[in-house]
Amino acid sequence: MPVMTLIQAINAALSGEMERNPAVVLLGEDIGNSGGVFRATEGLWERFGPERVMDTPLAEAGILGMAIGMALNGLRPVAEIQFADFIYPAFDQIVSELAKFRYRSAGQFPAPVVIRAPSGGGIGGGLYHSQSPEAYFVHTAGLTVVMPSTPADGKGLLVSAMRSPDPVIFLEPKALYRTAKGEVPEGEYDVPLGKAHTVREGTDVSVISYGAMVPVAEGAAAEAEKEGVSVEITDLRTLWPLDVEAVDRSVQKTGRAVVLHEAPRTCGFGAELATLVQERSFLHLKAPVARVTGFDTPFPYALEKIYLPDVRRTLDAVRGAVNF
Amino acid sequence: MELPLLVALREDGSLDPALAPALQNEDLLVLFRNMLLLRALDEKAINLQRSGRIGFYVPCTGQEAMEIGSGFALKEGDWIFPSYRDHGVALLRGYPLATLVGQLFGNASDAMKGRQMPNHWCDRSINLVSVSSPVATQLPQAVGAAYAAKLRGEKVAAIVYFGDGGSSTGAFHVAMNFAGVYRTPTVFFCGNNQYAISLPVSRQTASDSIARKADAYGFEGVRVDGNDVLAVTKVTRDALARAREGGGPTLIEAVTYRMGPHSTSDDPTRYRSEEEIAEWAKRDPVRRFTEYLQKAGVVDGVEAANRAEEAREEVLRAVKECEGAPPVPPESLVEDVYAEMPWHLIEQRKWLPHAEE
Ligand SMILES: Cc1ncc(C[n+]2csc(CCOP(=O)(O)OP(=O)(O)O)c2C)c(N)n1
Ligand SMILES: [Mg+2]
Repeated sequence: MPVMTLIQAINAALSGEMERNPAVVLLGEDIGNSGGVFRATEGLWERFGPERVMDTPLAEAGILGMAIGMALNGLRPVAEIQFADFIYPAFDQIVSELAKFRYRSAGQFPAPVVIRAPSGGGIGGGLYHSQSPEAYFVHTAGLTVVMPSTPADGKGLLVSAMRSPDPVIFLEPKALYRTAKGEVPEGEYDVPLGKAHTVREGTDVSVISYGAMVPVAEGAAAEAEKEGVSVEITDLRTLWPLDVEAVDRSVQKTGRAVVLHEAPRTCGFGAELATLVQERSFLHLKAPVARVTGFDTPFPYALEKIYLPDVRRTLDAVRGAVNF
Repeated sequence: MELPLLVALREDGSLDPALAPALQNEDLLVLFRNMLLLRALDEKAINLQRSGRIGFYVPCTGQEAMEIGSGFALKEGDWIFPSYRDHGVALLRGYPLATLVGQLFGNASDAMKGRQMPNHWCDRSINLVSVSSPVATQLPQAVGAAYAAKLRGEKVAAIVYFGDGGSSTGAFHVAMNFAGVYRTPTVFFCGNNQYAISLPVSRQTASDSIARKADAYGFEGVRVDGNDVLAVTKVTRDALARAREGGGPTLIEAVTYRMGPHSTSDDPTRYRSEEEIAEWAKRDPVRRFTEYLQKAGVVDGVEAANRAEEAREEVLRAVKECEGAPPVPPESLVEDVYAEMPWHLIEQRKWLPHAEE
């Protein structure tokens, strides 16, 4: 199997599915000629032409509205939002329209749009090139929200997203674009949506995470091991609809849960996870569910490393759960 | 019919008297000094980024004339809503060079506490509004600020800067419409530098100009040579004067060229040719103005060179002043979120690394 970076795996998923399915059309800012600001679409414009790889004018509301219309009429649009931070001009189209089309038409007008958006911090991007907006979309009924943490999942989940009957918000942890490297199956390869992955088995504490925080969880687990604490890590991969059984299984085994994400804490996805654990596994719990998250502040430029959850803060939470 | 391109400083170095603003030699030297400073700052900042001393930078090389000319047309009390590429206006309006450079370092010398990426400055004392990265969000805000001034009967205007790409956003159309409806003293200043990152303006709009879009909103649009500091000064002065006198908004399209990359993260060789760059280099606004000043006898060649050197030294001094400053203190992370710190942020201070020691 070839070794790829996450960004290469995304590119492979797009090109493979475009090859197989002529209905797949990409649209976004700077995705054509220049191959996207992160190079996710490198080479695709040359290969599939400007009609299927559309360099759009600068207007996210236009990109999303256009994508919805394309999807209603038989295409499989994959919209790129250059940074998740710039998705808000399209919020109306996503929340009022895209998410509700199936429901309001009693199933007559599904709109299977995939929205790819580089998400999260780690690149010195400050307020507007670092945000993690997943909670807004998890909160919106009708959307599937996905975030890979490995190149293989990047390819497999994106292929599944492009085949999903429902709209998918596909958040790409940009911090991992070039740092995550791994073997990626060649050819047609998919990873089912709605299935979590156990990254590491353990018996004392369950860390539940996704995206760029999965490697942080692994770092903390390695440290905890030195202290004799066995950590199990679940990478959710699909945030919503959640693989709730995987969460139940892990927490009911260990009796302790730490939820870890870089988005702000208040009303973050971790709040939902903690509640589900509490509702479904209360009698198994030996400690309160702990949250390790970003601060409830805008995402800072100079203090990025302090803002982002790290091994230190995750390990503290793991210790706290064990010593409760 | 295509809107005419207004030019004061003709190719042959002569002036069109109808489009030349009334300026004294000392004014010309202010324009010159600031254009040189801007060029020197861009050169130095790109180097700082390449050598890892700052994280990022957005140059405005090639756009000095539209920056400095429009900035020069402003008066005290006017409001400025800049984009990330408008440090020229800030400089011209008296934003201290060292404050500007401090922001690039994002350390304790940054008046904004390292909150934002480089090029996102502000200064309340000169009505220079805080820059946002999301494109064109500032446009409707400039309509609101202008409306507030009008409501209080103040004779000030608001100028808002954006690019050709920004003219495609919903915010642009919303702002133009509101400004037209309320006849606010707003000057929409579009720096059409031919590209929005990689996308050429020809694929941004099917219209033959951006200025023409003002038509649909019921006010005037003008196209000016954005590499001609004199024509830009004149056109912006006229638009601001009209706005202050109750004549409503104007859209100015300054036709220019981004000679450098979009930002230090960009590689323009992927989307534009050497020939095109060379063609526009002939219209380099700094060289063009230098040649004019020499021809007009305002400076000679030696003096022009000396002034360019002085600008570079001034930038170096500002860098020296700022680079060694300590990092911003971690506690500042949770400040300024609300006027008063709520309980949850007080608690979150415990997450800061030093809190345990
Ligand atoms: C709403 C939004 N979408 C996308 C971006 C990413 N982006 C930053 S600058 C830029 C191009 C802007 O071009 P233009 O308006 O012409 O201004 P210029 O950079 O050329 O001065 C893009 C797409 C953004 N900042 N905001
Ligand atoms: Mg532009």
